[in-house]
Parts: sequence; C-alpha cells; structure tokens
Amino acid sequence: MSVKLPIFMDNHSTTPVDPRVLEEMLPYFTQKFGNAASRSHVFGWVAEEAVDYARERIAKLIGAQSEKEIVFTSGATESDNLALKGVFEFYKDKGNHIITQVTEHKAILDTCKRLEKDGAQVTYLGVDKTGRVDPDDVKKAITDKTILVSIMFANNEIGTVQPLEEIGKITRERGVLLHSDAVQGVGKVDFDVQKMNVDLASITAHKMYGPKGCGALYVRRSKPRVRLVAQMDGGGHERGMRSGTLNVPGIVGFGKAAQIMMDEGKAESARLIELRERLRKRIQDRVEETYINGSVDHRLPGNLNLSFNFVEGEAMMMAIKDVAVSSGSACTSASLEPSYVLRALGVGDELAHSSIRFGLGRFNTEDEVDYVADLVVDKVKHLREMSPLWEMHKEGIDLKSVQWTAH
Amino acid sequence: MAYSEKVIDHAEHPRNVGTLDKDDPSVGTGLVGAPACGDVMRLQIKVNDQGVIEDAKFKTFGCGSAIASSSLATEWIKGKSIDEAEKIKNVDIVQELNLPPVKIHCSVLAEDAIKSAIADFRKKREARSAK
Repeated sequence: MSVKLPIFMDNHSTTPVDPRVLEEMLPYFTQKFGNAASRSHVFGWVAEEAVDYARERIAKLIGAQSEKEIVFTSGATESDNLALKGVFEFYKDKGNHIITQVTEHKAILDTCKRLEKDGAQVTYLGVDKTGRVDPDDVKKAITDKTILVSIMFANNEIGTVQPLEEIGKITRERGVLLHSDAVQGVGKVDFDVQKMNVDLASITAHKMYGPKGCGALYVRRSKPRVRLVAQMDGGGHERGMRSGTLNVPGIVGFGKAAQIMMDEGKAESARLIELRERLRKRIQDRVEETYINGSVDHRLPGNLNLSFNFVEGEAMMMAIKDVAVSSGSACTSASLEPSYVLRALGVGDELAHSSIRFGLGRFNTEDEVDYVADLVVDKVKHLREMSPLWEMHKEGIDLKSVQWTAH
Repeated sequence: MAYSEKVIDHAEHPRNVGTLDKDDPSVGTGLVGAPACGDVMRLQIKVNDQGVIEDAKFKTFGCGSAIASSSLATEWIKGKSIDEAEKIKNVDIVQELNLPPVKIHCSVLAEDAIKSAIADFRKKREARSAK
C-alpha cells in the first residue's frame, strides 16, 4: 500500500482543479484574454462565446431552462448575498418575511441578520437530529408577508441533504420564491431546479473541481420570473444583475467542471459512497464510542462526520497532521463555541468538540482511505490514553454526574 | 492555525502522562475544566515530607495547546517545593509555548490545575494532622 503524504480529505472546503478543467482554462489567460463585454472586436467575441458556452453547460447541470438564467459571480457567498438582499430589496413592498433554517452556511445566516436590521423579519426553522428540515414546518411558517424561503441543498459540515423537492412544492403552491444554497450538492446528488421548483440557486466552481473565485446564481426567468435588485453598481453586466468584468478563464473552467459532473457525477458518487462506507466501517468497527453526525440515508456521498468521544477534535487533527480534515471543535475557530450545526442537531457540546469531518473527493483512493482509517484508529487510542475523561468513563464514572468547573 | 514548535513537541511527545493513586495521602489531584468547554485537565502531584514535588502526572482532554500547557506544567513543577510551584503563572506558560491569544485559556487552565492539585494535597495533609 503506497500513499503520498499529505492526504487531502477536506473536499467540502474546496477541491483541487481537475487537470482537464485547467487545460481548457489556460488559453483564456494568454491568447484568448479578451473582455467578454467588448462588443467591437474579435477578442471580445471569442471571450463572450466561451462564457456563453460555459453558461449552457452550467444551466444543463442544474436543469435550468435557459442559459440566460445563469448569473456569474465571484463565488457562492456573493451569490447568497445577491439572492437574499436582491430579492428582499425588490419585493419588500410585497412582504418582509424570509424563512430559512439554523444549519445554513454563514453566508445565508449573516445576510439574514443584516436584512433584519433593514426591516426584514426572518424565521429560522429548527432541524431534526439528522439535520433535516420538516417541510411541514416550512408550510406552517409561511404567512402572507413571506417573500422568500432559503433552504440549503446539502450541509457543508454534516452532509445532510434537505427535502428540497417537497419544500419546492409548498413554496410554488403558496407563490413564495425558493432559494437554495446548492454549493455542496450539485453534481453529486440529483439537483434539478425544474423538478424541485427552485427559483434561485447558489453554486460555485471550486467545490466541483473548478477554480476558486468563480460562482453563479441561478435566477429563474419564467414561471415565475424572478426579479432582484443588483447589489453591485457598474457596467450593468449579467443583464444588470451583477456588474463587473467577467472572470473568463474561471468561467470557462466552471463550465468544463460542470460538464465533467454531468458526464461522470453519477459514477463518481457511487464510488465515493463506497469509499466513505469503507472508511466508516474501518473506523467504527474498531473504535468504540464513535458516533456518526448527520443523516445516514440523506447524505452527501463524500461526507463522513464522526465524533470520537473523550478525544478533542483539534488534538485529533494535530495527531493526524498529514491528513487534511476539519473539526467542529471550538478550538478551530476564534469563537470558543463548538459548531453551531452540530449544536442544532442536539449533539452535546462534548461530542461537538470531538467531531471530525472527512470529506472524500474525486482524487481520493482506496489506499488513502485504508491508511487514514488505520491512522485514526491508532491516534484515537493514543489520545484516549491521555484523556482523563476516557479513564473516568472506563472506571464507570458517569461524566454527567461530575461537577465541572466551567471556564 | 500554525502551532509553535514547542507546542508541537509537547503535543507529540507529552511528558509525564499518567495517573497517580489519588487515595495516596502524599498525592494531590486537580481536575479542572469541563467537557462541554472542550478542555479538561487532571494534574497530580506526589509530595515528599520536605514539601517537594517528587513526581507529577497529567491527563488532558483538549486541543494541542491544552495538552502542551499541562505537559509543560508537570515538567516545571517536578523538583519544586509546593510553595514555588504555586508561583507559576499562566503568562509564564504563554511565553514559553508562544501561545496565540485564542489559546491563552489553555495556560490559565494549567495554572488552575497546579493550584487545584496543591490545594487538594494541603487539604489532605491538614486532615491528616488534625487526626
């Protein structure tokens, strides 16, 4: 078994650019460098043509009816901001109520917080212990003031896939717009804006083996035609919805990445589910007191989020430092609070501090999975030997009965 | 976050990991922190009749900096009298390990662990002499 270190198993944070994507991008830096907005010469026409081709490919990947429904942005955070702020600004006379849920990405939650200051009323729905929103809760939360529901497709920490199709039926019936931050799921799990009645969707290239700094917002053009107020003023690019010179090489790469997902996504997901289950079994079968966070049935193929009881997540990451993963431990953030996503699921703070997220992707191999599983098993044992909590647990002490000195 | 070399060294090769018999009258045990906060340190000292710390052991549930802080604490207090050991301040640990601001609480916890172990030992000693 041979693996090359370090191993990247953090494919929810970003993904490497697929060499096939890079190859298609390269000419657009040097030879075909035109500004896609230049209407008067061939350099501009070539760039525009490449951008429109990418638009078509991306539209196809998400089931959009027209390539004109794709608005390019700098990434998903911008797409989320544009969707929520743009819709609110346009429709606020109609109503000021927005519905979202508690495990959304900060790009949604913090945007909602901002909109609350501007007069929006936001309902944050809770989730069940697997991280799923109950569509019935969405239905109940809708009032005659509701203009928008924003529910992510798949969660970045726990991989839970939301019942978007059911939610889409409700929002369509009630005449409310539905936005989805679909960054993590697109290409990996079936996503179709038509089938799901999604009116706005945020996506980004770098989560699907494309380049960073290149995202898109899907904006439905018919039934209903979604309107929004641009959040960036300037040359009126992207049909007035997002000014700024287009990142042509990035967009070309985004298009190619989408095409590869179209062609290979299904097979890739099947392979990743196999790898993930191999990793899970090889760890869980050998390490007691290991818990899976999130949903078993509705989960991103490459996501495995485990809590190793009595072992702190950051210490774990340090112990396996040749493997790039992430943790819901507070120590990985400046806030000293463990993951708000795990908390929302009702995972106790102790177990939230002990969580490790493995994110498998296109370039991970079975050998890497086996290597990581063995390493994790070894290091959990080592860290538990150092853990007073593990010793107390083994002595039969109920840790909940201990008077801890919170600090 | 990048760790200092000293933190990495202690976290990868922790000194004095282990358990002393907490029922031994010459052993003082300090257990500080809380699982919900992500840090629990247990620091134990074995003190001889001259009041010198002969041995020190720790176990820590916490991040690398917490492990390093407690490992360093045991190294420092070994061979010191309990009065000297009590004077160790968290800032000394911060300086030695080059801890960033977000990790200062790890050093505070280590100082608390030393103090708590000494207090436990003193309580035991007083209980003994009262008999």
